[in-house]
Amino acid sequence: MKRGKFALLITLFVMVFFYLPVVIVAINSFNSARFGGEWKSFTLVWYSKLFADKNIWSAFMNSLLIAFSSAVLSMILGSVAAFALEKYKSRFQTIHRMLLFSPLVVPDILIGMSLLIFFVAVQIQLGLMTVFLAHVTFSISYVAMVVLARLQDFDSSLYEAALDLGAGRFNAMRLVVIPLVFPGILAGGIMAFTLSIDDFVITFFVSGAGAATLPGYIYSMMKHGFPAVINSLSVLFVIATFILVLMSRKFLVKQ
Amino acid sequence: MKPSSYSKKRNELLSSFPSFIWLVILFVIPIGVIFAIAFKAADPYGGIGEEWTLSTIKELFNPIYPAIFWRTIYLSLISTFIAILLALPVGYYIARTGKRMREIFLVLVIVPFWTNFLIRIIAWKVLLHPDGFIKKILVTLSLADPNSILLYRPETVLIVLVYSHLPFAILPIYAAAEKFDFSLIEAARDLGASRFQAFRKVFIPGISSGIVAAFIVVLIPSLGSYVIPELVGGASVEMIGSKIAQRSFVDRNLPHASALSALLMLAVFIPLFFAALWQRKAALTGKVK
Repeated sequence: MKRGKFALLITLFVMVFFYLPVVIVAINSFNSARFGGEWKSFTLVWYSKLFADKNIWSAFMNSLLIAFSSAVLSMILGSVAAFALEKYKSRFQTIHRMLLFSPLVVPDILIGMSLLIFFVAVQIQLGLMTVFLAHVTFSISYVAMVVLARLQDFDSSLYEAALDLGAGRFNAMRLVVIPLVFPGILAGGIMAFTLSIDDFVITFFVSGAGAATLPGYIYSMMKHGFPAVINSLSVLFVIATFILVLMSRKFLVKQ
Repeated sequence: MKPSSYSKKRNELLSSFPSFIWLVILFVIPIGVIFAIAFKAADPYGGIGEEWTLSTIKELFNPIYPAIFWRTIYLSLISTFIAILLALPVGYYIARTGKRMREIFLVLVIVPFWTNFLIRIIAWKVLLHPDGFIKKILVTLSLADPNSILLYRPETVLIVLVYSHLPFAILPIYAAAEKFDFSLIEAARDLGASRFQAFRKVFIPGISSGIVAAFIVVLIPSLGSYVIPELVGGASVEMIGSKIAQRSFVDRNLPHASALSALLMLAVFIPLFFAALWQRKAALTGKVK
């Protein structure tokens, strides 16, 4: 069949473009030569060095702490915001909606820069706390967007049926609406967690000198000498992403 | 029992205020502060001066800035254009192929979408390193001089920009293509259109909402990119983003960084404005729901 041959060709080219660099890095992570212009010999030394590096682990712990706490708070704030948007169609909600969706179209560097100046102006010490505040700020919008999409699919007659059957509004919410919308809330939380773990630019602006998260630590390694453990770290990152994507696809398909 | 309109209003405010107040304090006010600080000057200690002044804004006309500004605009526009050009056939193919292949290709596109972007830049640093793989091949094929440098060139920044943002372009175009009725293309072919004509005159207009979305989600991060020019562009290929970071952290001149940020904000606002205009028009003519 000739149809779509060209499209297939471009698609395959794009896949090679996506994965060739990653494959080279993966091969290099087992190469005892530093930059892999040539193959010297097979080694696991970069992996053992990686696991022995205490700084990487403490940066990773900082990342997990920030990601978990900011995901929980933004999950609550974003979901409540989505409920308000869906339930009340007032003029105030139009402004609320614009406010919620604006951060999605502002480049990271502007969010980071504006928060840096703000924290300096109101004299809040930069550190893990300011990183946490910044991550909640950019995550709320994503959670609200995901939960809102779920709420729009929700059949509101179920809520009314619960009311007719004598449930109070609080119980109808607690026993009917929230359990049905919960997968959306959870998906929003997972998204917030991932965005937080990944973020470098905003964190870099608001973290000050001490509070390095993992991407910040990777960046400083890249700037200062580019040690070969970066290769092995990258491989683990890509594998972890693959597993997470496959798991989330399975989870979504089953739904 | 219907809740009174007073208690309804109270419930609305109670449920809107947490996110509303959070975003006003930590998003709207900080963005406003950027515009305000652009009218201040730096004091000698790396702080912000007391007086209001236009001198910081005037310094934006210093000859180095227009060059950086235009470079930012054209690198962003070209990389966005290339990304969409590649994403169109990919989105088309994934939408048309069988269920099994579709799932495989989707996962292959989503993984780079979610992989930490520093890690993805690292791969290019390794690949383009003077002792790296690509240089070796180019020199062996005598396509490059052994002394040539692959990093720190505008073309390299362009390639890495496309590489980083291509998944963002593919996903909205695929989403639009998946809803597209492909029998329309067959109809166009039956009526005598060539394959390319059918693609251009039927498929492209049919997925225009996906193309506009791809344009925005690729162009905006490109305009604001800072890490890519910094790591693969170096001092010779600076963009506005890298200048903002340099002014904030190296020179410690926050007013200057603010003026540049305000300029970047305006640059982002223009394409957004046109996209919103397009969407409004499309909604009126019934193209998108």
